[in-house]
Amino acid sequence: MSNDTLPSTAPVQPAKPVKESKPASLWSDAWYDLRRNPVFIIGGAMLVLLIAISAFPGLFDTVGVDAKTCSLAQARKGITSEHWFGTDNLGCDVYSRVIWGARVSIIVGFVSAIVTAIIGGALGLLGGFYGRWVDVLLSRIAEIFFAVPSILGALLILAVIGRDNAGIGTVVLALSLLAWPMILRIMRAAVITAKAQDYVVAARALGAGPGRIMIRHILPNAVAPVIVVSTINLGAFIAAEAALSFLGVGIQSPQISWGLMIADARNRFLEAPLPLLFPALFLSLTILSVVMLGDAVRDALDPKLR
Amino acid sequence: MAPSGERILEVRDLVKHFPLTQGIVLKRQIGAIKAVDGVSFDLHRGETLGVVGESGCGKSTLAKLLMALERPTSGGVTINGQDMTKARGAELKRMRRNIQMVMQDPYTSLNPRMTVGDIIGEPFEIHTDVAPKGDRRRKVQELLEVVGLNPEHINRYPHQFSGGQRQRIGIARGLALQPEIIICDEPVSALDVSIQAQVMNLLERLQEEFNLAYIFIAHDLSVVRHISDRVAVMYLGKIVELGKDEAIYERSAHPYTQALLSAVPVPDPEGRESRERIILQGDPPSPADPPSGCRFRTRCWKAQDICAEQEPLLEVRAGGHLSACHFAEAHDVIHA
Ligand SMILES: Nc1ncnc2c1ncn2[C@@H]1O[C@H](COP(=O)(O)OP(=O)(O)O)[C@@H](O)[C@H]1O
Ligand SMILES: [Mg+2]
Repeated sequence: MSNDTLPSTAPVQPAKPVKESKPASLWSDAWYDLRRNPVFIIGGAMLVLLIAISAFPGLFDTVGVDAKTCSLAQARKGITSEHWFGTDNLGCDVYSRVIWGARVSIIVGFVSAIVTAIIGGALGLLGGFYGRWVDVLLSRIAEIFFAVPSILGALLILAVIGRDNAGIGTVVLALSLLAWPMILRIMRAAVITAKAQDYVVAARALGAGPGRIMIRHILPNAVAPVIVVSTINLGAFIAAEAALSFLGVGIQSPQISWGLMIADARNRFLEAPLPLLFPALFLSLTILSVVMLGDAVRDALDPKLR
Repeated sequence: MAPSGERILEVRDLVKHFPLTQGIVLKRQIGAIKAVDGVSFDLHRGETLGVVGESGCGKSTLAKLLMALERPTSGGVTINGQDMTKARGAELKRMRRNIQMVMQDPYTSLNPRMTVGDIIGEPFEIHTDVAPKGDRRRKVQELLEVVGLNPEHINRYPHQFSGGQRQRIGIARGLALQPEIIICDEPVSALDVSIQAQVMNLLERLQEEFNLAYIFIAHDLSVVRHISDRVAVMYLGKIVELGKDEAIYERSAHPYTQALLSAVPVPDPEGRESRERIILQGDPPSPADPPSGCRFRTRCWKAQDICAEQEPLLEVRAGGHLSACHFAEAHDVIHA
């Protein structure tokens, strides 16, 4: 050691040149990857369009969905310049109903995904961080819900609630109630990994309290898998809403949902396929766009999962 | 470099046993890993104590005990007359200002989601009375300068720096609260050899500038030689030899120290010729089930019956310094 000649005060040059302008956090790196991924661009563009449709359906609607605009005389018509997607059994415009139905899918999907991410994430953070009885208690509660198959469980919950009270709120409640334990498990595992890292030990050595360690050190390093799974869940929730509404326990008429439209159209499918095909097509495209988005997000946030 | 200052750290009979448990629901203790098993020493202001031993001998556990990151099974750590192992809450937090550490792996010891400015500034956010809010950014930039980094890189993230630079960031974080004691747990062993000397020089310069006391942990004697005033040699959770730098390197009395010395690389070819090679047999025994009496006896060429029966105490023996061997004999292994 004594024979080295390197001056100790010389500032060392960076290992690799880095552009000063770019902040280059891991998050901005992920965002940079995402923006260049065609899968993300396409999936994202489709989803943005759907969000726009559900936020401002009036802008896209040409006929209107009021009972006034439906006439039984017009039932089960094919594609015309007035009815782009034809008409359904009650003579309502299928295009308008598909447009207005997007709102339910988007709201149920996003609200359920966000609620589960927050509840599951917060409880997973607490359980993973504190361990011991907090962890045991939370994990046991989660297991009770985890054991129930989701659709069946949601069906049961909604059947108990009853059709009269059913709506967007109850569907969100049923789906979230069954899905938060999965997020809890993912978060908990990520937190336990992050908690053992040297930078957490360093923060404790500085005198950082549990709140600071959880918020500043563990959460930012453990949240990526929760974001990935929540994006995937978004698609699953949209599909589940359609299924529950199709089965008659979800969204109820006169509210409009693609699942409900499919249910209403199925009896006369051979005669009039359009009222079933178009909501099914939109449902599939929505789920496809979310799946594409989820893939891209997963690749960007966790290259190891590829 | 002489240890002139008063005693600032006293470690007495420090013990850490990690329980080994069996069963998931009803945890039953079936034994214990004796990671640190009765360690005592003092540290003086401005002094460097080197702590050396093979991997797994309890060096990092000792460091964590001194940092109050682990609670000891028994024993005490007293800083400036106050027992850190008994401190809690605000009192412990205040004591932490005086003892900081530099960790081994510069790749895992910095939060990848925080900028360098946030990492080095965090001590000021935790101990808000150290620097007023408006001053913190300037303080962080000063610290970057002190450790030889460009203060303009304050908004960069750790992954934009090399290993040596990251270690400098870790050192700056340790310096922020102006502690009197810094524990360096193998601070250069993860770095390229060419970078090691730079970081060692930085640590030495900082020691002089701020009158720091170091506990410098390493797994071989060559790294600590230059920087240490005194050296403690650890084996299986115990200190087996403790003495002034030249006593350990020139008059080592414990066979384990002699074996470690024989493995130290010697720069000049002549020295290489004259040095003796002592090759230790086997691996160190498990700290869960250490040998009776002297823990080193299973690998020692001097071992007799007494070594299994009676534990040799760490006391002044041959060579005039502390060693824990029944057959202590001062010996110059490297003939330097
Ligand atoms: N948290 C822990 N729980 C159980 N055993 C541990 C723990 N930390 C360290 N050990 C054990 O204590 C012994 C000493 O480890 P350590 O202090 O890391 O050694 P060193 O730093 O000298 O390599 C090892 O046998 C290690 O497995
Ligand atoms: Mg270690």
